[in-house]
Amino acid sequence: MFHDLFFSKSKSKVPKPCPIALSTRVRLARNLSEFPFPGRAESGQKKAVLSKCMSALGKVKPLQSCTSVELDELSELDRQILVEKHLISLELSQSDESGGVVLSNDRACSVMVNEEDHLRIQVLANGLDFSKVWKLADSLDSGIESSLDYAFDSQLGFLTACPTNLGTGMRASVMMHLPGLVMSKNMDKVINAVNHLGIAVRGLFGEGSDASGSIFQISNQQTLGESESAILERLEMTLENIVQQERLAREKLSEDDGLRLTDKISRAVGSLKTSYLIQSSEAMDHLSLIRLAADFGYLPEKFRALADRMFIEVQPGHVQLSAGKPIEPGERDRLRAETLRKEFLRMPQLNLNAQVD
Amino acid sequence: MKCHHCDSQATVHLTQIINGQMHKMDLCEACAQEKGVTNPDNLSIGNLLDENPSKADASTASMTCESCGTTHHDFKKGGRLGCEACYHVFRPVLEPLLDGMHAGVKHLGKVPSRSVKKKSQDDSEELLSKELKKAVEEENYEKAAKLRDRLKKLQAKSSASA
Repeated sequence: MFHDLFFSKSKSKVPKPCPIALSTRVRLARNLSEFPFPGRAESGQKKAVLSKCMSALGKVKPLQSCTSVELDELSELDRQILVEKHLISLELSQSDESGGVVLSNDRACSVMVNEEDHLRIQVLANGLDFSKVWKLADSLDSGIESSLDYAFDSQLGFLTACPTNLGTGMRASVMMHLPGLVMSKNMDKVINAVNHLGIAVRGLFGEGSDASGSIFQISNQQTLGESESAILERLEMTLENIVQQERLAREKLSEDDGLRLTDKISRAVGSLKTSYLIQSSEAMDHLSLIRLAADFGYLPEKFRALADRMFIEVQPGHVQLSAGKPIEPGERDRLRAETLRKEFLRMPQLNLNAQVD
Repeated sequence: MKCHHCDSQATVHLTQIINGQMHKMDLCEACAQEKGVTNPDNLSIGNLLDENPSKADASTASMTCESCGTTHHDFKKGGRLGCEACYHVFRPVLEPLLDGMHAGVKHLGKVPSRSVKKKSQDDSEELLSKELKKAVEEENYEKAAKLRDRLKKLQAKSSASA
């Protein structure tokens, strides 16, 4: 049953979280030749594309043991949860007809059908690992292409609804936790600098989302005129640079203003243990400080993993999922605080003598 | 300072650096809202500049894709094309935009296996036409004639396989 797969809390396979780079994602935009792009297609054409794609996807190896769902089978809350898990985009969740998603059982691969383009192939992995993620996305793409005719042009590459995705159709991104740069007020400088290199910085949920929890999604803006490997290499170099800047900012914060930093972390611990009403953005800011404390060695490693899990669990859809029904924002804030109190009840004292790596 | 699109006072001043070149534009509040300046992720000054109605070219304004019905106006407004054929119809208005949008204007990435043969033919054709042009410029007509024959052969082959 798709519901169990999509919405169960997979505690069995806890990934080893890394400091700074949370996860890596590669997304490929593809369209079928012969059919108009989803934005221009009529209902019947969209349905035909959906069934063509679904049958092609079923033949691809990594997706053979998978779950496929048509969006209109899902309630609004179910869709919201998939967005919060980064398994589908906000745009697809709002699609009115013939949207579909196919998801591999390990949740590493997902393919959206009839989003802005006919196919959006997405591969996710923990930490910073472009080579693994690209390899899988590439083989998935080749597998799909063996039974579908893609819209492709020798000069312009893969043809996409929006010309900003032309060429490789590839958007590679890394989710980064950058509290040091945020606290030292250097994030704007970083955003400006990388924008000049054709690299975009967005919030946790992509376009238009805010950066609560100091989590940023950093991705290539340009897709045409460079090979996939050249794009990834350039992006990776920039990301390494950002990691270095973040490390420096953290070192400087703890040297120059250690007491304030300790105070902030300690207050976050207090809030998580004692709040009775808490909104998701406030919760994320506290969780960000817990993650930072684990990076500094003030808290055991397992609290980094807990913070990562709670970043998703405090989202509005997930709070309602644990309630088992849609609930009002005020009640959500109460439930969210209750969950956090329970999860952080046994948090130990901060070990302030720990050595930073 | 006046708005780039209407005569109102400009209050939004945009600067965007594309491939090392600085582009500036001044807009009034209403035009900025309408052009989506409040969401800078999808914004390209190239698109905004192109939209200046006083400079609109009658020959491009009437462009319509017969295959899906997308008009030049639709493309300017939404920034999206409707189908594969749109890329042929709107190529003249698209090409100048691509230069500012991307690192280059030629695809250098993966080629789907079904298109490998066609892509290599297209690339050879492109190379031959360039060489031919050069030979003509250099007034090396003997070489030009040979190149022209090779190009003709290649074009006949690709239209036959299509």
